[in-house]
Amino acid sequence: MSNPPDVVTGEIEAPSVEAQEAPPASVSAGEQERRRVHDLWLSGTEAPATTGRFTSEGAQEMLYTESDRVLAGQMGTLVADDYEIDPSVAEDETQIINMGPQHPSTHGVLRLQLELDGETIRRAKPIIGYLHTGMERTAETLTFMQGPTNVTRMDYLSPFHNELCYSLAVEALLGIEIPPRAQAIRILMTELNRVSSHLIWLATQGMDIGAITMMLYGFREREEVVNFFEMVTGLRMNHNYIRPGGVAADLPDGWEDEVERLLRLVPRGMEEYEGMLTENPIWLERTQGVGVITPEECKAYGVTGPLLRASGIAWDIRKAFPYSGIDQYEFDVPTGRHGDVYDRYLVRLEEIRQSLGIVRQVLETMPLGDYRSEDRKVTPPPRARLDQSMEALIHHFKIFTEGFKVPVGEVYQAVESPRGELGMYLVSNGGPKPWRLHVRAPSFANVQALPMMLADSLIADTVATLASVDPVLGDVDR
Amino acid sequence: MTDATPVPESGAPDDRSPFATLAEAFPSVEFSEPLGQHVARVAREDLVAFVEGCRDAGFDTFIDLCAVDYLRRPPHRFEVAINLLSIGGPLRLRILVGVPGGEPSLPSITGVFPGANFYEREAYDLFGLAFEGHPDLTRILLPDDWQGHPLRKDHPVGAVPVQFKGANTVT
Repeated sequence: MSNPPDVVTGEIEAPSVEAQEAPPASVSAGEQERRRVHDLWLSGTEAPATTGRFTSEGAQEMLYTESDRVLAGQMGTLVADDYEIDPSVAEDETQIINMGPQHPSTHGVLRLQLELDGETIRRAKPIIGYLHTGMERTAETLTFMQGPTNVTRMDYLSPFHNELCYSLAVEALLGIEIPPRAQAIRILMTELNRVSSHLIWLATQGMDIGAITMMLYGFREREEVVNFFEMVTGLRMNHNYIRPGGVAADLPDGWEDEVERLLRLVPRGMEEYEGMLTENPIWLERTQGVGVITPEECKAYGVTGPLLRASGIAWDIRKAFPYSGIDQYEFDVPTGRHGDVYDRYLVRLEEIRQSLGIVRQVLETMPLGDYRSEDRKVTPPPRARLDQSMEALIHHFKIFTEGFKVPVGEVYQAVESPRGELGMYLVSNGGPKPWRLHVRAPSFANVQALPMMLADSLIADTVATLASVDPVLGDVDR
Repeated sequence: MTDATPVPESGAPDDRSPFATLAEAFPSVEFSEPLGQHVARVAREDLVAFVEGCRDAGFDTFIDLCAVDYLRRPPHRFEVAINLLSIGGPLRLRILVGVPGGEPSLPSITGVFPGANFYEREAYDLFGLAFEGHPDLTRILLPDDWQGHPLRKDHPVGAVPVQFKGANTVT
């Protein structure tokens, strides 16, 4: 046990039959076995280099560098006693390992560097940028009308929120009124989007902890919601449906029946999720007390959304700074107490229910009227008008070639995305393209707070914590 | 699930508006309200003290920090916008700091709000602004060996080949 490898080398260098048959009493059984293996497989070769120390730095390092031990390990002849501890390595030495960027549970291309002390994480560092595509710069090259096509690709699990935030910012600078029907359609689509996004989160959170059934269940209901998006917008994601001035098209015939169907299907699925998870001892064990963040830390780090609410603060932009007429619908802001993964689960489940409640109210009170502003300087005229009206033709031409101009100014507009506060800081210099568009991505701030949630937790809880943050890397990197 | 910290419907936590308190404590700061949003314009020397004052006046939630390159607009080429939030209000405050193009540096506010860390790294990465006192001012979105700061207005769009880390480049 206590033999340092250097001492062993000298004896192995000259193996002899006598030494094998009659070993000195001081040589341990493990040592004898190692010599036997060496004679069997490595006789005639040079003695193994035993000066190489194993190091704990780096993930690729094999712990045992001596060839005979490796060989014995491969042959299955190495006994447990042979796992000697190198006395030159301090007991409190930590090792740094990489998780990602290609890891099934990093939800994209997030890379985490974890400093481990045994199984405990001492330090974590998120490394981002693998999905950076310069969308903020791209936005400066697109007109205000083309903007939603760009921003919808940022947070690809809640594209409607991106489009809504951008459109609201442009409309704030323009100072135009949006018809009630367009506002109600926007709320309908964004709240359904919150449902579909939370379902994806629930599916992946279950998958990461090992509840594979949840993966299938979550995607099953999400698929129904996405089918409705396809029916309305023509696309399953990246819709470019909510635009400055209103929405791209009116709701199709029969949308009420489809929404009714969703309002039946999703709650039925939720009963199944709750029956499977809420009181499941394994689920509780893996989520309660894991990845805790306090309200004070949330505030200092700008953590918003379900994470902030799960830590006990009833903060929701829809209540504090209502947009698009959300204040006329009734809903509650669920909160947790402990700020752990389990409370985030409960909060998100309740948010799905509240969003479905809003969708029900929208369905019952959908106003009639225009689905976009009739301000022809902002929205294009209907196709049929182009054959009859010179004015319409001019407006159509101007909007699709030059784009509309937006008055000089800066505005910060925020909406409550499924992940937290999605904000856009839009600067216009009076031209048809934004001078600057900065996106305050909720995942960016939430990922930044990961080291605090992971510090001094077990490495096995990393995936549970990471999944509960629900980061979308397209949103983090933009 | 049910016992929540309620958010007051409207009005400041105390009788006086926090903006009045701040304006009194920092006479050099210009307050305005374009488009109904509260904006405070601060000199960069006073930034850290003012942000601390804001935090103590109730704006204790860090939301956002970003830079804008106005290129030729006087008096300063760059402007850094810091968004703070008072959850109790609910109120928002945007702090604008001018940064000259010749000397693009300003004090870091990570000592007041640790959440500004990633945002300041982003502004450094994309605009080349040096935040003095930042604990780890490195590139965050672009690779370490990237040349230039691509969100500056004098950085051409589409005029340079896409740089990939570690790729063999023909010169």
